[in-house]
Amino acid sequence: MAYIEIEKDLPGIRSLVLFRPETGKPLYELAQILLRGNSPLTEAERELIAAYVSYRNDCFFCMSSHAAASRCLYGNNSHIVDEVLKDMQHAPVSDKLKSLLHIAGKVQILGNQVTPEDITAARELGANDREIHDTVLIAATFSMFNRYVDGLASFTPKDPAAYEEMGKRMSEKGYVLPQKTI
Amino acid sequence: MAHIHLNNQLPGIRGLMAFSPETEKPLNDLAEILLHDDNNSLTRGEREMIGAYVSSQNDCFYCQNVHGALAQYYFQCDMQLIDAIKSNPLSAPISEKLKALLTIAGSVQKGGKYVTAEQIENARKLGASDKEIHDTVLIAAAFCMFNRYVDGLGTWAPQDRQLYIDRAKMRAEDGYSKMDVTKEPTTTNLK
Repeated sequence: MAYIEIEKDLPGIRSLVLFRPETGKPLYELAQILLRGNSPLTEAERELIAAYVSYRNDCFFCMSSHAAASRCLYGNNSHIVDEVLKDMQHAPVSDKLKSLLHIAGKVQILGNQVTPEDITAARELGANDREIHDTVLIAATFSMFNRYVDGLASFTPKDPAAYEEMGKRMSEKGYVLPQKTI
Repeated sequence: MAHIHLNNQLPGIRGLMAFSPETEKPLNDLAEILLHDDNNSLTRGEREMIGAYVSSQNDCFYCQNVHGALAQYYFQCDMQLIDAIKSNPLSAPISEKLKALLTIAGSVQKGGKYVTAEQIENARKLGASDKEIHDTVLIAAAFCMFNRYVDGLGTWAPQDRQLYIDRAKMRAEDGYSKMDVTKEPTTTNLK
């Protein structure tokens, strides 16, 4: 049960932003810009970075929902998501994306773990400044979302079907602040 | 030098915000509500202190000095007290309620699942409301983001701690949501 009085039927972040819409608004705007706004990284890749960081932070809600969104966005290649979560280094993604996921993994540990060598490696594989920036900020942002969701012990559905539905909505509609229903 | 070309000389998050104004806006809007908005039963000083404490636990020199200087400004205390709270909140001369909230923030810094029902219960017994607990968790989580953003891109930070103290009054007056990242304190807004 959650640590504070929130809507019991709503999962994860949705119950928290309804409890405090004033902070929910910039949080959803940030997610929308980072995961759906202009970026040289595809939406599928950005959702994958989010799922990867959430997996490393052991946040089942964020990992499952963003993995589901990434699967929808990868379409016929949805298996990529599960292969990255299982064994990133051997997954069928480009070396450039692996180097960015590696940086995201360092950010998940702590900012100062990212080395100039990590950056050089990504750059040599074709990553530009914007891609490196977006990767670091997505990884940092999910280090926040994961702690927010688990730190208040919000409701985490166990049924995979619930996440499939969430992923579909996230891939089609993006991040729209939930409204209180009367 | 930062890991990427920011095309500006600004330190810490200000350099990143000038590089990426699209993300600057929600980041500063979030900081505004969490740290500066007066519609909150936690004082601005308490909220900045939570940010400074988490930044210190995350070893982020820039953020712990920016927000430590703001806590010092609001508390009207010396930096020794801020440093004492950062190094050991439980033995510092602060309220038991703030100690309980900093304990929760310290758990969030390690990972969301480190927060225990006992820590929440203890804070509640000392008078913390649901909203105060919520904001403590979200401030701590938000600094786990800000710290990683600032250090993960290798931004530079002034080493002279006085420079952070010199900017605190200006930030307290201007807030976060309409931040001009290039603005420097003048003699009139210097403390």
